[in-house]
Amino acid sequence: MSGINDFAFKIATVNGTGSASANSLLMQAIFRMGIPVTGKNIFPSNIQGLPTFYEIRVSKDGYTARPPDVDLVVALNPSTYAKDVATVRPGGYLLYDSSWPLEPELVREGITILGIPFGRMCVENFQGDRDRTLLRNIVYAGALAALLEIDMDIVRQMLVEKFSKKKKLFDANNTAIRLGYDYAREHYQCPLPFHLEKMNATSDSIIIDGNTAAGLGAVYAGATVGAWYPITPSTSLMEAFKGFCEKFRTDPETGLARYCIIQAEDELSAAGIAIGAGWAGARAFTNTAGPGLSLMQEFIGLAYYTEIPAVFYDIQRTGPSTGMPTRTQQGDLMSLAYASHGDTKHIVLFPCNPEECFYLSVTAFDLSERFQTPVFVASDLDIGMNDWMCKRLTWDDSYRPDRGKVLGAEELANVKKFSRYLCVDDDGIAPRTLPGVHPNGAYFVRGSGHDKHGAYTEDSDAYQEVVDRLTLKFAAAAKVVPEPEFHLQADAHVGIVSLGGCHAAVLEAIDRLREQGLVADYMRIRAFPFNESVKAFLDSHAAVFVVEQNRDAQLRSLLAIETGMPRDAMVPVLDYGGMPLTAKVVITAVADRMAQVLA
Amino acid sequence: MTSITKPPVRHPGLPKNALGFTVRDYEGAMSTLCAGCGHDSVTAALVLACWELALPPHRAAKMSGIGCSSKTTAYFMKQSHGFNSVHGRMPSVTSGANAANRDLHYIGISGDGDSLSIGLGQLSHAIRRNVRMLYLIDNNGVYGLTKGQFSASADIGSTSKKGEANLQPPIDPVLLALTLGATFVARSFSGDKAQLVPILKAGIMHNGLALVDIISPCVTFNDHEGSTKSYKFTREHEVELVAADFVPLRREVIAPETDAAVSVVTMHDGSTVRFRRTPEGYDPTDREAAYAHVRACQQRNEVATGLLFIDEHGQDMHAVSKTVEMPLVELPYEQLCPGNGALQKLMEGFR
Ligand SMILES: Cc1ncc(C[n+]2csc(CCOP(=O)(O)OP(=O)(O)O)c2C)c(N)n1
Ligand code: SF4
Ligand SMILES: [Mg+2]
Repeated sequence: MSGINDFAFKIATVNGTGSASANSLLMQAIFRMGIPVTGKNIFPSNIQGLPTFYEIRVSKDGYTARPPDVDLVVALNPSTYAKDVATVRPGGYLLYDSSWPLEPELVREGITILGIPFGRMCVENFQGDRDRTLLRNIVYAGALAALLEIDMDIVRQMLVEKFSKKKKLFDANNTAIRLGYDYAREHYQCPLPFHLEKMNATSDSIIIDGNTAAGLGAVYAGATVGAWYPITPSTSLMEAFKGFCEKFRTDPETGLARYCIIQAEDELSAAGIAIGAGWAGARAFTNTAGPGLSLMQEFIGLAYYTEIPAVFYDIQRTGPSTGMPTRTQQGDLMSLAYASHGDTKHIVLFPCNPEECFYLSVTAFDLSERFQTPVFVASDLDIGMNDWMCKRLTWDDSYRPDRGKVLGAEELANVKKFSRYLCVDDDGIAPRTLPGVHPNGAYFVRGSGHDKHGAYTEDSDAYQEVVDRLTLKFAAAAKVVPEPEFHLQADAHVGIVSLGGCHAAVLEAIDRLREQGLVADYMRIRAFPFNESVKAFLDSHAAVFVVEQNRDAQLRSLLAIETGMPRDAMVPVLDYGGMPLTAKVVITAVADRMAQVLA
Repeated sequence: MTSITKPPVRHPGLPKNALGFTVRDYEGAMSTLCAGCGHDSVTAALVLACWELALPPHRAAKMSGIGCSSKTTAYFMKQSHGFNSVHGRMPSVTSGANAANRDLHYIGISGDGDSLSIGLGQLSHAIRRNVRMLYLIDNNGVYGLTKGQFSASADIGSTSKKGEANLQPPIDPVLLALTLGATFVARSFSGDKAQLVPILKAGIMHNGLALVDIISPCVTFNDHEGSTKSYKFTREHEVELVAADFVPLRREVIAPETDAAVSVVTMHDGSTVRFRRTPEGYDPTDREAAYAHVRACQQRNEVATGLLFIDEHGQDMHAVSKTVEMPLVELPYEQLCPGNGALQKLMEGFR
């Protein structure tokens, strides 16, 4: 049910018409009113002319998942009218452009239909097709400001900030906002029953997308080499890294760059560049999505077996193959965990929102250098590209990178014969050396069979000694990777396990389930390999639900493989249509199943 | 076995270079290639070139892909780091290493299969990027390591050991490199140490990617009658177009040549490359002329060798990216992290 500061609205339009700036204006204005808000951009994989949707959820309780219901739809795309009107909740509202007569498609019982002639007002007030198209978005923003009671002082202030140096644009936008605002107030009862009231719940928050936060995290982690090949939805990560580097890493005196970004010819090359740089001693990374990850497989195995650090961001999108490039999924879990041929296992981190993209970026670089191995950050399109409200980022200035066991010139001066893969500690990590440091540190990297000294081998024992140590190293990693986040309640009936971008929806579902009398414990996994506590949680719950966004229950498979928990003892809750998860999916699945069990 | 090291025989009489090293100090593990393989001669030339340049071994990095040729990085300079990566991908690994540490000398060794088939894209883009490195293609017209299949450099009509003729046109790395804008392009023959060593030295000192295509016969799979990459064929058809001497900066400049045919190119560090025996009007800094000469030779069924083209004014990857002079790996973390103050300021923009 909707109410004050608790509702959602959706704008259905056509991409390439400039609606993005109006949508973010709305979202930011609500945020500045101190009210928790999130936006989901559901966009097509093309540049212009296809349906695009923007959903804004206002939640005084701070829920950030995709809204379970839509209270108001702004229908501006005739080609999707029928679908759009169907998404309005019973008793909700539809706002359409009444420059043209009401299409029969838009008529529906049980909802209120509001018409505002956005197009006509633009024709009457602005010159030229371009301006008229662009400003139509601002006019609907104005109308929504009236209907939802957005603080107009804040809106005006935002226009001032945005167009401080462009008076003409300011005037046009200001007029457009007023047109929509005044028309709505003259013709309709404003505000609607659900609307906004100022709060003070966002002063400690920011609005940011995961790719921006991850790019910023890479800067703070001290990454200096970034290699990539453009692919949705990962592109904006490197763009963010570049932007922040230009700002923070340009030598003030010489204007020269303290970083090197290479747009490679493909993802094979991008992986090779990251690995080459990691071998040479830089903190290096590449960012990609499913198709690129597939191309990187051979190199990932090389880095794993030769023990070279590099960070791989996988901003997952809907697969297989090209799939739906602008839709989200968690379909790469298995291919990340065991990427490449032969026996391979990797450290994978699962941020659940942009805030964690920032902090786990730093963790990823630390783990990668410490364990001398590729580390993957498994984000997704929803986290990476959508605007999330999250806690303001902070930085501990005493942080210093964990460079792992690297022998310096002084240590090497006393080394008679350096053996690259000789490990004396029980963490399975052998000290490495960097090229250029000392002649005594020289060794030969080879992806072919090697013994503990790094020498070529085809001897079974010598080979096994090395790969067995890699297993030991992996086990050691399980002890230090980020622990799961637990939400435990007294007398819980069931356990829910999830990860990544599902988090927000699961948290909300747990609250709703409790209202229905179903008490659930919740474990959000943050890393692979799984910590001890993951197994303990599974063992201690009679009914376990595994919520994830893929068809094949990949997280459940990983849990079964790695913890020994029988597959069938875990109930999959799967959502893989490409949209961000809603609490409804989780609530329905858990409630239905429990009803079955109890019956 | 590569793991067998040579007995530590001392040769007190051997001459020492500026660093006090003998040529033996630039050797590596024992080669496991077939006796007589051209690749071993390339290795020997590299040993000599690096010794003569007095390259500090630990300031060089040996990079390769997969193939008999790529194995040779283990057979010289045991005090250098080596990286035997994956098939056809040496260029990207070297690009990354160079991005991280621009001060090392990167010596990349590849084969015609490694660079002209599976790795053609990587070769091309490393050239475009102009990564500062020596890029050798040990070119034998076959895949040696997988036992003699034709490679993309095999000439039309050349026959395999079993007598099968190759019917597809070859990719010529020299013409390719010239087309792609490479700033240093040479061709040589593994059997011609006198020609090869100065080219390698110049290539190592070149301020960009130095591509050297080396005809390097595979004695096991491609040294028979009917092969165009055999010792015999190459000896008979090689024409040294542009013989070059490399004069490092620190060596005393010998009396200037009086021969009018000698031309001199000064390299970025002040070393010079002196060209002898250039055909009438040949200008090794003229890309079009180089291309025309190589094509003309091919039409006469000749293999043009020598340092064919050099441009010392090209910008390498770092010059284009405007990277700081200091290798990125040496930048202290304090110069990389903007700190919490900057972060808090930045956060205001996200509200
Ligand atoms: C991805 C991949 N495919 C195939 C191979 C098998 N392979 C190893 S070496 C080689 C060809 C090497 O030819 P070339 O580069 O000319 O080297 P040569 O042995 O002739 O010196 C091939 C196909 C491989 N190692 N990796
Ligand atoms: S197979 Fe050919 S290329 Fe390989 S080592 Fe033997 S001679 Fe050399
Ligand atoms: Mg070959």
